[in-house]
Amino acid sequence: MEYFLQNFINALQWGSFYALIALGYSMVYSILMLFNFAHGDIFMSGAYIGFCIASLFIFLFGGVGAPGWLVMILTIIVSMFLTSFIGVLIEKIGYRPLRNAPRASAAITGLMIGIILETSNIAIFGTKRIAFPPLVETVTYNIAGIFITNKKIIIVAISLFLMAGLHFFIEKTKWGMAMRAMSYDFFIVPLMGVSLNVIAPLTFAIGSALAAAAGILYGLAYPVLDPYMGILLGWKAFVAAILGGRGSILGAALAGFLLGFIEIFTAMIFPSTLRDLIAYSIILIILTIRPHGFFGKAHSSSLRL
Amino acid sequence: MKKLSLILTAIFFTLFALSSSGWCWGKKKIIKIGINAPITGDIPKVGENTKNTAKMWLEDIEKAGGIEIAGKKYPVELVIEDNEAQAESAVKVNTKMITEDEVITVIGPQSSKQAIPAGGVADSYATPMISPWSTNPDTTKDRPYVFRGCFLDPFQGPMLANFVKEEFGFTKAAVLYDVASDYPKGLAEYFKQAWEKNNGEGSVVSYESFTTKDADFSSQLTKIINSGAEVLFVPQYYNEVALIVKQARELGWKKPILGSDSWGSSETITLCGSDCYGAFFSTHYASAGAEGITKEFIDRYKKKYSYVPDDVCALTWDSLKLAQKAIEALVEFSGDIKKDRENVKKNLAEIANFEGVTGNMSFTPDGDPVKCAIIVKISDAGEFRFYKSVCP
Repeated sequence: MEYFLQNFINALQWGSFYALIALGYSMVYSILMLFNFAHGDIFMSGAYIGFCIASLFIFLFGGVGAPGWLVMILTIIVSMFLTSFIGVLIEKIGYRPLRNAPRASAAITGLMIGIILETSNIAIFGTKRIAFPPLVETVTYNIAGIFITNKKIIIVAISLFLMAGLHFFIEKTKWGMAMRAMSYDFFIVPLMGVSLNVIAPLTFAIGSALAAAAGILYGLAYPVLDPYMGILLGWKAFVAAILGGRGSILGAALAGFLLGFIEIFTAMIFPSTLRDLIAYSIILIILTIRPHGFFGKAHSSSLRL
Repeated sequence: MKKLSLILTAIFFTLFALSSSGWCWGKKKIIKIGINAPITGDIPKVGENTKNTAKMWLEDIEKAGGIEIAGKKYPVELVIEDNEAQAESAVKVNTKMITEDEVITVIGPQSSKQAIPAGGVADSYATPMISPWSTNPDTTKDRPYVFRGCFLDPFQGPMLANFVKEEFGFTKAAVLYDVASDYPKGLAEYFKQAWEKNNGEGSVVSYESFTTKDADFSSQLTKIINSGAEVLFVPQYYNEVALIVKQARELGWKKPILGSDSWGSSETITLCGSDCYGAFFSTHYASAGAEGITKEFIDRYKKKYSYVPDDVCALTWDSLKLAQKAIEALVEFSGDIKKDRENVKKNLAEIANFEGVTGNMSFTPDGDPVKCAIIVKISDAGEFRFYKSVCP
């Protein structure tokens, strides 16, 4: 039982990253009907921006003795803000000229932007691995044989808070309503005075900000940054976005956690060498039974990619 | 057309002049030693260390007025070439040094990725080559002209298993390794075999793996902790070491952690911090707490380049000294490069009880040294401190 609960907590943390990144894929898809394959690298850029901001804050406030959690929250907010500009820039330079091009061209653009982000990162920071500063002192709680660190609690709490915030934004605000309308009809809504050139950058900004938050939380949990860290995680989060149903926000979040659970629990039950083989076979079976994912709408345009 | 033929003629004559001048140099009887180092590329630090060490060695030789062969002193020239940390370039560099520069012996390349193909070139041209740092068995296997300065993985794995048995008397071990990378996978297997030979079938209670680029090891580590293992063996590179050790500590692992020579980089401590303090790993030499000629070497290097030399420096130094010893043992320096190379190779294979800064060594017929490994304990100050020397 302890063994199970320990893995449950491990999975909750690991799933948070998939969920936060999958949200970005799903949001962009719901508006523009394309998967932004540079998203994993936006996550990576967010982590590096977070590293710079955190180092700056530690340098500025280190002497004053500001508490770690305050520095962490400030780092997350500032990095989310800065990374959202990367998202907007990518939309403007990479995707807007291709908005009416075949979707495959747009997808390839995403891959190229990803490579540009990785290599420019290498140009700035070099290939050396970077240690993410430990913003919060790690405290390990032993509750009846289950080990929980304060970082795990922070990561899951912040992820859930951000997801709830996104849900509120989309369901309760005017901008959110515009986004929902846009995802409902890509051609008619702009005729009603809601400009796609506002909504699309906004979507990219929000998705990138979430990826940046994921990047910093990732840096807290796994404090070794490398320029290619976003590729594998990005692909797996993409799987989560598909699993949740293309364009479904709630689905992406839930599927992100589900993916985390499947990975952790297959490694718990089977030999870890077979982990990804078994985990992704399970997902393949789920998709065979439900080709549109859990919450996906079966409309014809979803086949455009 | 006339212009072109003129240029071609000019080039031809220049080349002829250059090659004949090279021939004249050969007449002057200079001993040339090739250094095949990764000066640019992924591991520039390794290349820099190789170059610095070679220059320090040359300084000694020049001070002595050259290498003495049969009572006569000959000047030495180093041919330092960059292999860009790539296998193809290392092959090119070796070919160039052997066929054009006519080096008597090649030192390098450092990592197995370049040393394995470059060793093939050296062997086919019958030129002795010493790779200071490559631990993969394939570098020297079935290649009489290729030698190395360090121990091999089939020695390192069992040595670590025996060390734990003697030091702690543990009977249950866990291993966590990258199944998609040759070095960790090989070492994990050698360790497991030896451990089970010592403690019986099934005594490696948890043998878990992941694939390159994974960052979350929580489920594997939870399994390991649950298995009742007494020691955790992690034969990984420094970036994964930091992640694995940190996560293990967070999941409540307080028992010893054991590593391999890939931990030896100073990056290990930069990335891992205090979580790695108290861990053991095997390596070629320990800079903290060194004595005798090792200390002399470290002090001198530190004074000259103002940083502490790592295992690459120490192994390169020993390889150069081995080459020097083999050359000094020549009966005569004939100037016939093929004959001299053959004799140097013969002398290298016969070296016994060589006293190096990384310990004493003798060569096996395969060109691999029989030498001691050093177990290092990471101190509470983050230093790699000598703990024990384990000999074959």
